[in-house]
Amino acid sequence: MTYKGKFRVWRGDAEGGDLQDYEVEVNEGEVVLDVIHRLQATQAPDMAVRWNCKAGKCGSCSAEINGMPKLMCMCRMNTFDEDEVVTVTPMRTFPVIRDLVTDVSYNYTKAREVKAFTPPADLKPGEYRMQQVDVERSQEFRKCIECFLCQNTCHVIRDHEENKESFSGPRFLMRIAELDMHPLDAADRQHQAQDDHGLGFCNITKCCTEVCPEHIKITDNALIPMKERVADRKYDPIVWLGNKIRRRA
Amino acid sequence: MSADTGINSPGRAQVGLKTARTDKWWLAPLRIGVILGFFVVYATIRIFMNKWYWVNDYHYLTPLYSPCINEGCSPGSSHLGTWFPKFPVFIPYSIITFAVLAGFRGTCYYYRKAGYRSLFFAPAACAVPEPHKSYTGERKFPLIALNLHRYFFYGALVFGILNVYDGVLAFHGKDGGFGFGLGTLIIWINLVMLWLYTLSCHACRHIVGGRLKNFSKHPLRYRYWTFVSKLNPKHGTFAMASLFTVILTDFYIMALSAGWFSDLRFFN
Repeated sequence: MTYKGKFRVWRGDAEGGDLQDYEVEVNEGEVVLDVIHRLQATQAPDMAVRWNCKAGKCGSCSAEINGMPKLMCMCRMNTFDEDEVVTVTPMRTFPVIRDLVTDVSYNYTKAREVKAFTPPADLKPGEYRMQQVDVERSQEFRKCIECFLCQNTCHVIRDHEENKESFSGPRFLMRIAELDMHPLDAADRQHQAQDDHGLGFCNITKCCTEVCPEHIKITDNALIPMKERVADRKYDPIVWLGNKIRRRA
Repeated sequence: MSADTGINSPGRAQVGLKTARTDKWWLAPLRIGVILGFFVVYATIRIFMNKWYWVNDYHYLTPLYSPCINEGCSPGSSHLGTWFPKFPVFIPYSIITFAVLAGFRGTCYYYRKAGYRSLFFAPAACAVPEPHKSYTGERKFPLIALNLHRYFFYGALVFGILNVYDGVLAFHGKDGGFGFGLGTLIIWINLVMLWLYTLSCHACRHIVGGRLKNFSKHPLRYRYWTFVSKLNPKHGTFAMASLFTVILTDFYIMALSAGWFSDLRFFN
């Protein structure tokens, strides 16, 4: 069924902008990105929008639809009433470049700060051996498409720009958890997570999990287990004492 | 939040709306906040009452007062004996129980989420701005102490075992032999919910196996971890369900003890 959908799309750049109203044709089976493309083709040829796969796998078309961080290509139009105004804005945690396109380089900076996989010094490439049961726990985290919706919705940086320097965000804390759970990783991830990447900022309100288009249980399976591992190393006097005695023995 | 921080920071898209969400995002934190507020008020009133926690005829002891271990406790209710002289009126008989169990729930990852959202608005809902000017998370005192959740978990295990003991004693008939009634059933439903809540805890998941790097070297602990991992996604559900069953159990026993109504007996 075809109808005229009411859209409010943010247009502007870092200097300023506003929400502009459009009426666009919507057809059965379409997603928000289809309508944005039609808008671009028929009414706003200069509108900037980042997209690539249209299949929820490249993580390019992240935006906020009626205030919720979502992939435009995975948000179906039949989830809205026909007379509902659909508001589309760029992600509001990162600097805007133009219209719906933001500068997500903060995430690339944070990605570079995570120490790469570090095998034991006596293990050479080609000698890595591990059991499936030891690696499957962290394979969930490999589903991440780096859409950065979790980073965008995390209030630690969304509401507090000043925390960006010391907090890496759920995506990269999940990466650290993935490495820490790796059977052959020998780096000290617990101290790094807490001291260098700001795990202590996380108050596990689970918005990262709520918006993840890959349905990764970021909080329950990565951040909380990582917090418990940090507690082992930094805050649990009995575990600390036990480790001390074991090392002496 | 001031005009030039957070979503209004220079360089970000100046949308002009605090949130563009059109759904009822405020409903869930409001609902949870009301429930938590009710429980806090109810529990505070109940622990300072220092009465109506024991039904001698059927040996029902409310979980809020278990174990009762001072000389002021009702005759028969001190299953573990009396370890302390009678507490003055301003000290609740259940102060140790309350400290451990409130500590367990207060440091629980689920209740932290619920509390931060509902009581501290940090944030109230996803992509809704929080009202605080600055935010340091759980890195500084007192919130850094939340990292000690595991110790409260150990305490909750001990109290859980004591609750099972109380549950067994609740199969007590009026004539002194075996018997059970609606109170026994309520006590056991509460026990099941309390154990599901305790065993699905994130600290439990970590302790039984989550801390390991190599599951393959610890097959038994891997099985424990797998079991807890199946319960863990429902931790929030068990947390709220057990909150209601604790209130229900305590209220039922209070009502019987006060003589407001009598127990529905199925046998003896």
